Amino acid sequence: MSKKVGITGNEAIAQAMRIANPDVCGAYPITPATDIMQRFTSFVANCEVKTEMILTESEHSAMSACIGSSVAGGRVATASAAQGIALMWEMLFIASGLRLPIVMGVANRALSAPLNIHGDHSDGMGMRDCGWIHFYSENAQEGFDNMLMAFRIAEHMDIRLPVMVGLDGFITSHSIETMEYVDDETGRAFVGEFKAVNPLLDIKNPKSYGPLILTDMYMEYRKAHDNVMAKVPGVVLEVAAEFEKISGRKYGLFESYRLDDAEIALVVMSSAAGTTKDVIDTYRAKGVKVGLLKPRLYRPFPYEQMGEALKHCKAVAVLDRADCFGGSYGPLFADVSNALYHYAQRPIMINKIYGLGGRDYMPDQAEYTINELIQIAKDGKVKSIKEYIGVRE
Amino acid sequence: MATPLTLKELSRKEELFTPGHRLCAGCGAPTVVKMVLLATDYPVIASNSTGCLEVSSCISEYTAWKIPWIHSAFENAAATISGVETMYRSLKKQGKISDEIKFVSFAGDGGTYDIGFQSLSGAMERGHDMTYICYDNGAYMNTGIQRSSATPFGADTTTCPVGSHIPGKLQQRKDMTKIIAQHGVPYVAQCSPSHWGDLMKKVRKAHEIKGPKFLNIIAPCNRGWRTQSDDAIKMAKLAVETCYWPLFEIENGVTKITQRPREKKPLIDFLKPQGRFKHMFAPENEWMLKAAQEHVDAYWERLEKEEACFAPPAPAAAEAPKVAD
Repeated sequence: MSKKVGITGNEAIAQAMRIANPDVCGAYPITPATDIMQRFTSFVANCEVKTEMILTESEHSAMSACIGSSVAGGRVATASAAQGIALMWEMLFIASGLRLPIVMGVANRALSAPLNIHGDHSDGMGMRDCGWIHFYSENAQEGFDNMLMAFRIAEHMDIRLPVMVGLDGFITSHSIETMEYVDDETGRAFVGEFKAVNPLLDIKNPKSYGPLILTDMYMEYRKAHDNVMAKVPGVVLEVAAEFEKISGRKYGLFESYRLDDAEIALVVMSSAAGTTKDVIDTYRAKGVKVGLLKPRLYRPFPYEQMGEALKHCKAVAVLDRADCFGGSYGPLFADVSNALYHYAQRPIMINKIYGLGGRDYMPDQAEYTINELIQIAKDGKVKSIKEYIGVRE
Repeated sequence: MATPLTLKELSRKEELFTPGHRLCAGCGAPTVVKMVLLATDYPVIASNSTGCLEVSSCISEYTAWKIPWIHSAFENAAATISGVETMYRSLKKQGKISDEIKFVSFAGDGGTYDIGFQSLSGAMERGHDMTYICYDNGAYMNTGIQRSSATPFGADTTTCPVGSHIPGKLQQRKDMTKIIAQHGVPYVAQCSPSHWGDLMKKVRKAHEIKGPKFLNIIAPCNRGWRTQSDDAIKMAKLAVETCYWPLFEIENGVTKITQRPREKKPLIDFLKPQGRFKHMFAPENEWMLKAAQEHVDAYWERLEKEEACFAPPAPAAAEAPKVAD
């Protein structure tokens, strides 16, 4: 029986992992994701899962051990954040290049220096191009749901790629929220049994993994990876439809909130979307046609679908909880702009960088952004495309 | 019954590391790998760090490996095989697999002593049932003979080149075998392909011991050592006979020298044929030969003392002193 519970985002991720019941988890602690594996190891200690733990001496080894386990032929999961993901970076490419369905829960956190343990999306953006599938979650409920669906997507026979499920460090990972589990039996039936493909442990059919591939074939492998990525959105929707049947909760590639008739819109990921929706309701009550688009599947980025969802707006603000240094725009802004570039008539775009290193995202920041969009929609004048908001000058 | 370790019987066994690989002519590494794989009748799964052996043995669409094999990166052969071994334990516990499989890692000295040190140390501490095999050729040979912490004192490499002011590598080698022994693992050993019986016995022993094992095997590299291409086994033998590379094992903390040279040859017998030490024979560098010899002597002396600590007491001394009632 599913029931409402009050739990943290980290526990939601850990509970989804418990239901998925991985054969092996390789992990190394890092704030704010430590809690995920702390909770999970207690499931192991109490025999609530069949999982064997590999508690490594670093995140690099944690991902390496996950790769070894996954190649061996079983379900594998882990969790990390920030510096941990930065240290894993080399191995993230190898996990995806070897087409390994590893699932990683991430409590998204800022990167050093300066050292900061709080929530932002710098770590996720740092692994943006590693060939993984990325989900971002607004709250504990989405974290739990995305994590359960992640195993199905990663292990889908047309996909076989690693999946990252992010939620905001501390803001979501450590806040207690009300959410609803899928009961164990239903959840386990939904995730299903792991099916190994060419397992290394099959000694009768020896395989060599991780060959050297030079100029003659490397590009073909990259193209093949890209081809698989193109199939991901379809599988994500297919799995979401099945998930809706067991949970009653509906998921798309992204969430549209009061967007269909909107003249102006905000695009914002993860926890800040909740605050933004509240502010949008206030403006809607005043008659302002404002809406929101909240990306869920971030990689592969659903350019076409997002373009279609936003093209009718007069002005769009993209809020990034990470920056790309070098005078360019935030990573999400660049993606959303790409999605809209091909339309002859497209919204005017602005980019706000907010909430870095756990800086609170407050309703007044959403109001400030909406007011600016109202003005842009009216006179078409943009004071600056990119702006840091909620920052001391 | 296990295949007897005789040339006659071993020659009948299938080679699991096949010809056609692209390692240099005369390379010591493939000989080491063949011996390791021939030594056991158990099915073996291997991980391999990035390096000469890896880039030359599996170039798509070809592989020299007739065993399941994985290469993932340079610094993580130990972490990678620890993942494979853990999945094996998990699936075995669940009754999904029943084969008795042995797990090994192959890595060069760069992947072992340097960049892979942390990953190796972690895997040894965690107690995985695996045998880590370092084929030690004493430098980063794959990238073109750069110094590693396994490079012997005095050697000329491309990153510690002999110049007008600096005469090659000025540091002694890291004592990796003993460092791993200090992890408290049940078995470590040094081996040489020149003493193939000793090598294979150690591999076989390692597979019979549960837990993490470490074998450090000298693997001469004629490109880096500047020797003749058919000198690998000769050089490995000289390394043992000069006590530059003593053959010993440490089993559950007990040190045993497994091959004691009948006559300990001077170190210059090992150094002289190698171009990388040529400059040490110049009159102004005599101190280097002396320093190198002293280091080898001190190491050997200490090893003998360590062995003596654990040697069974002589019969006369064995009697416990009588204690008055």
